[in-house]
Amino acid sequence: MTIATPPSAGAPLVPSAPEPAPVVPAATVDLTIDGMPITVPKGTLVVRAAEQLGIAIPRFCDHPLLAPVAACRQCLVEVWAPGRDGNLAKMPKPQPSCAIECAPGMQVRTQRTSQEADDAQQGVMELLLINHPLDCPICDKGGECPLQNQAMSNGRTTSRFVDTKRKFPKPVNVSTQILLDRERCVLCQRCTRFSREIAGDAFIDLQMRGARQQVGAFDTQVLDFDGDAPVGKAAADASGRPFASYFSGNAVQICPVGALTSAAYRFRSRPFDLVSTPSVAEHDAMGSAIRVDHRRGTVLRRLAGDDPQVNQEWVTDKDRFAYRWQTADDRITTPMVRRDGELVPVSWVEALQTAAEGLRAAMKAGSVGVLPGGRLTLEDAYAYAKFARVVLGTNDIDHRSRPASEEETAFLGHHVAGRTLEVTFADLVAAPHVALVGLEPEEEGGVLYLRLREKVLAGDLSVTTVAAMASPGAQRLEATLVPAAPGTEAEVLDGVVAGSRGSELAGLAERLSAPGAVILVGERLSAVPGGLSAALRLAQRTGARLAWVPRRAGERGAVEAGTLPTLLPGGRPVADAAARAEVAAAWGVERLPGAAGLPTEQILANAWGGAIGALVVGGVEVGDLPDPKRARTALDAVGFLVSLEVRRSEVTDRAHVVLPVAPPMEKPGTFVTWEGRPRPFPQVLTTTQIADHRVLDRLATTMGSQLGLGTLTAVHDELGRLGGWSGARSAAPAVPASAPVDVPARHAVLATWHLLLDAGRGQDGEPFLAGTVRRTSARVSAATASDLGLTDGGAATVRTARGSLTVPVQVVDMADHVIWLPTNASDCRVRESLAAVPGDVVEVTPEAQEVQA
Amino acid sequence: MTTLTPVLSRDWDADRSWTMPVYLGNGGYLGLRKALTMKPEEVLTAVKDSALRGRGGAGFPTGVKWSFLPTPDGGPRYLVVNADESEPGTCKDIPLMMASPQHLIEGIVITSYAIGCHHAFIYLRGEVVHVYRRLLEAAAEARKSGYLGSNILGSGFDLELTVHAGAGAYICGEETALLDSLEGRRGQPRLKPPFPAVAGLYARPTVVNNVESVASVPSIVRGGADWFKEMGTERSTGYGLFSLSGHVTRPGQYEAPLGITLRELLDMAGGIREGHQLKFWTPGGSSTPILTAEHLDVPLDYESVAQAGSMLGTRALQIFDETVSVVRVAARWLEFYKHESCGKCVPCREGTYWLVQVLKRLEAGQGQPGDIELLDELCGNIFGKAFCALGDGAVSPVVSGIKYFREEFEAGLHTPADEMFPPERSALFAYTPRPRSGADLAGAH
Repeated sequence: MTIATPPSAGAPLVPSAPEPAPVVPAATVDLTIDGMPITVPKGTLVVRAAEQLGIAIPRFCDHPLLAPVAACRQCLVEVWAPGRDGNLAKMPKPQPSCAIECAPGMQVRTQRTSQEADDAQQGVMELLLINHPLDCPICDKGGECPLQNQAMSNGRTTSRFVDTKRKFPKPVNVSTQILLDRERCVLCQRCTRFSREIAGDAFIDLQMRGARQQVGAFDTQVLDFDGDAPVGKAAADASGRPFASYFSGNAVQICPVGALTSAAYRFRSRPFDLVSTPSVAEHDAMGSAIRVDHRRGTVLRRLAGDDPQVNQEWVTDKDRFAYRWQTADDRITTPMVRRDGELVPVSWVEALQTAAEGLRAAMKAGSVGVLPGGRLTLEDAYAYAKFARVVLGTNDIDHRSRPASEEETAFLGHHVAGRTLEVTFADLVAAPHVALVGLEPEEEGGVLYLRLREKVLAGDLSVTTVAAMASPGAQRLEATLVPAAPGTEAEVLDGVVAGSRGSELAGLAERLSAPGAVILVGERLSAVPGGLSAALRLAQRTGARLAWVPRRAGERGAVEAGTLPTLLPGGRPVADAAARAEVAAAWGVERLPGAAGLPTEQILANAWGGAIGALVVGGVEVGDLPDPKRARTALDAVGFLVSLEVRRSEVTDRAHVVLPVAPPMEKPGTFVTWEGRPRPFPQVLTTTQIADHRVLDRLATTMGSQLGLGTLTAVHDELGRLGGWSGARSAAPAVPASAPVDVPARHAVLATWHLLLDAGRGQDGEPFLAGTVRRTSARVSAATASDLGLTDGGAATVRTARGSLTVPVQVVDMADHVIWLPTNASDCRVRESLAAVPGDVVEVTPEAQEVQA
Repeated sequence: MTTLTPVLSRDWDADRSWTMPVYLGNGGYLGLRKALTMKPEEVLTAVKDSALRGRGGAGFPTGVKWSFLPTPDGGPRYLVVNADESEPGTCKDIPLMMASPQHLIEGIVITSYAIGCHHAFIYLRGEVVHVYRRLLEAAAEARKSGYLGSNILGSGFDLELTVHAGAGAYICGEETALLDSLEGRRGQPRLKPPFPAVAGLYARPTVVNNVESVASVPSIVRGGADWFKEMGTERSTGYGLFSLSGHVTRPGQYEAPLGITLRELLDMAGGIREGHQLKFWTPGGSSTPILTAEHLDVPLDYESVAQAGSMLGTRALQIFDETVSVVRVAARWLEFYKHESCGKCVPCREGTYWLVQVLKRLEAGQGQPGDIELLDELCGNIFGKAFCALGDGAVSPVVSGIKYFREEFEAGLHTPADEMFPPERSALFAYTPRPRSGADLAGAH
């Protein structure tokens, strides 16, 4: 049977987002700037209108994403405006162009045409510089400094200031990562406004007044902290400071002088020595645009890129600072083969031969499982999907190295795969209501939190979170908490019915029925029986749109690429013969395996049992798996283990063949965001390492098959030819909500999620960032604490059959009979120590109490 | 010859003048009783007709300010009384609140009634704890007598009054900084628009008025706009407190119609201290450019003083005789502005910091060639460039000082001000330097 390959002119597998339609302003305003006429939307600030004409008005406090303050007075211009009598009249004082809206008939004269404006700007610049240390030669900002540049373009050539400058001890450690030099600060308030208007965490604010005015770190004695005040000891970060922000690096980037610096970059380089490459952050599924700056092959810093559709101009500190994992000492640089129990470096040819022989032998004896991991690019994931089906002849492939379920597999096939860009950031910011289920936007996708918060503050959006507690991030989103102990989310979601007795749930149903409302579910919901099914039912009932927000950068791309046991690329169901035939035709093979494959846990179990003779493992961290100890046993037991890894890991330690692959900065590729938006990025550094898809292509060749995925272009061509799936989608999961579990005495239900900054290996090698990690605490409600005999500030031991953890206790306002732990803090590794997932019942005892048999 | 017109200061010489019986005995709260029989709009019209202008310095018509409030939308509207009197030389509101606080409270009730406010605030300068106590006592007294609280005098009108003491910052006298401070934030001026009338306290329509403006309202309601307009000049109507301080024989508060001259006031005050002559004076606090003996006959109303190159301001007439160095006075005032600059904008924050250093070296006789031109230019770079009016006010003493007494600044290039104007000659008491021990310093400012 032959099926024609779909024409390449069709939509590619993951189509790019269309350019947003230009906004047609409701009303426009005509004015002139320096005699040049311009028409701008009503409400446009003069400084922006001038930008459109190519007129650069110097400024410091102005930032397009922050509300105007007109504090620095550097952008003063002469303004003539029609008065009540209609006659054009000059405003008596020069006006701050960053705060004045364009008005009809206005005539603006900037420093280019007005002596008054030029004098005003020069005067302000001179005053700005009197207390500035002018230490440009040793300042990190020198060379890319708005103060330096604008002092050159709009300042006097010499200073008349012969007096005493203001002095401050420096620097102030705002956090382990952020250092503040108060002498360089021009008090433009960009950082403090960012802290208040964007991040929302009480990080820094102004203190004192007059010439002693300064930016200071969090201090409960200082007025004006709108954010959440630290509660108890546990709110402090790992460095012992009372508070740290997940977004503090943005303040460094928008600082127009060298006052805020990061410990990671301080004194490391001069900006003019750096080579910049636009890229995409690899730490979450947001696809934040970043800029990678390197010098002679070493990455020295990463900055937020500017992408209004995705991350605006902000990134999380993790995206900004956590990049040294890619150049860690344990990088694997050559292929290795295990001989007499030791891994020894060998040539590529030998390594590929050894791998090919081992895999062929395992195929003959039984089958081979593939675990690509959730951090791959679309191209790499696609190569794994094709390699498994074409070369290994199996559907036993699953990229999920985390708690997962059959229900989730069905959900992804039914609702997610092949349905890209159906819910985007643009939909979220236009939505009247967003409900979060099993998702913490601040912890699991920082940019998502920022985008939601912007609209919450504007009063355009309300948020509901279905969770065991209103986390600090949810509180800053002013989210309404619908309390749900882990495991009961399905029951709660099923209760969201219009007109139902619980007024809270009825209200939520009503808000979700508003046009444009969105339900966001996180990866944690997969561990709740019936959770994703209930979310689908809720979406159907209310008409709200439903989107899945995974945590890892590669998860959505992997779903599209077909690295699931029941899914082929583009959401084609394995069970659908037509789908299989279509893919087989595109791949030029007779047929594809038709039996549904096994999920991760089952693959590992079969590897342990011997039914699976070999494993091909990508970027899988054993500690991420629901039961790391069992996974280790499986990896120890499997007959043959091939690992494609960047760094030494528990998998490479057990592998028979290790094939080095390139980290994101050393390869080009495409991450697919939670929205299904492709985010292509170029290669930053020259390297001898190659991407997974090229390794797999060579391995396939060695095994006698042609994958045809040796270059990025080849992969893209094939993705374009294959295109999307227009056939029937796989069926929706219909798992009923499970009955609530009984919680015996001295037990509680475990709630847990990953914090943005934790013990993840992606944050290795960055001690300054590690200092801003939240301090670990177990959180319980007051009632639960008294039931369990716990005290605020005391310690608790949490125990399962697998092991135990002892952590400090913090009593907070949350659901009863629940204990919350951070999933992967350095001193609280829930999966490693407890092998427990959210919803499991764990034993909790005060630390002093004797261990029960 | 103009005579004094004691209205607000009428009872000040009475025994325990601040108590309710004294106030009531002299017709107190009759204005309120009359106002409550009128419609709120009629009260507003009466105040508008009286052409009462804000007594806090800027002189904006009070009634017009009230009429800027948008039409009621059912939400709260606030009256905030600016009692943050901190300008050097200005000392009218604090004596008024000390001696006759019920004037203010009656004014607050009437004003609130006129603008539809049910919760008024007095924002008091934090340092004057004695006034704070007196206001609290007066408010409690007024509440006991039924002039505050619910259903005032059976009219159905409710009003709560909160007396709030600031934390001692000059900038909080700027109305938007005052509102931020009252809300519990850092006191720094807000970007306008929106103006307080649209989004003031807690982002609600708010009227911010000076103590004396509000305290003048009862007399207008009682006596009528025409009675009020009989006093003063055509465009500066009514009476006001003129605070004479410095080298005069009898310093103090002189309540007189606007338009009175300094010469007349000095006659009432017994003239310059014996054996000395007037050198310069401020018409309305340190933020108003200084004037000299040639301006003795300038009518003290808003227009005439402006024409003379200064501002009526708060009518804080600080009188300096020939023993005083203008450079030293300017340096002291600028130290105040430097200390009190809120830090928000560059010209005021950095400019005052620099001006002080230049003035100090001129005062020490160590000025450098070009310093006077530098002062002039610096003042030009601050004036009109700062975020709020504080920056404009800060340069007034320097600009006007150079204008009238340039030679004294020029002398600063070689001779210390202390040599030309020995401080003990200016002092009213013998200058006896005290040993600077730790115990003495403890109470020193």
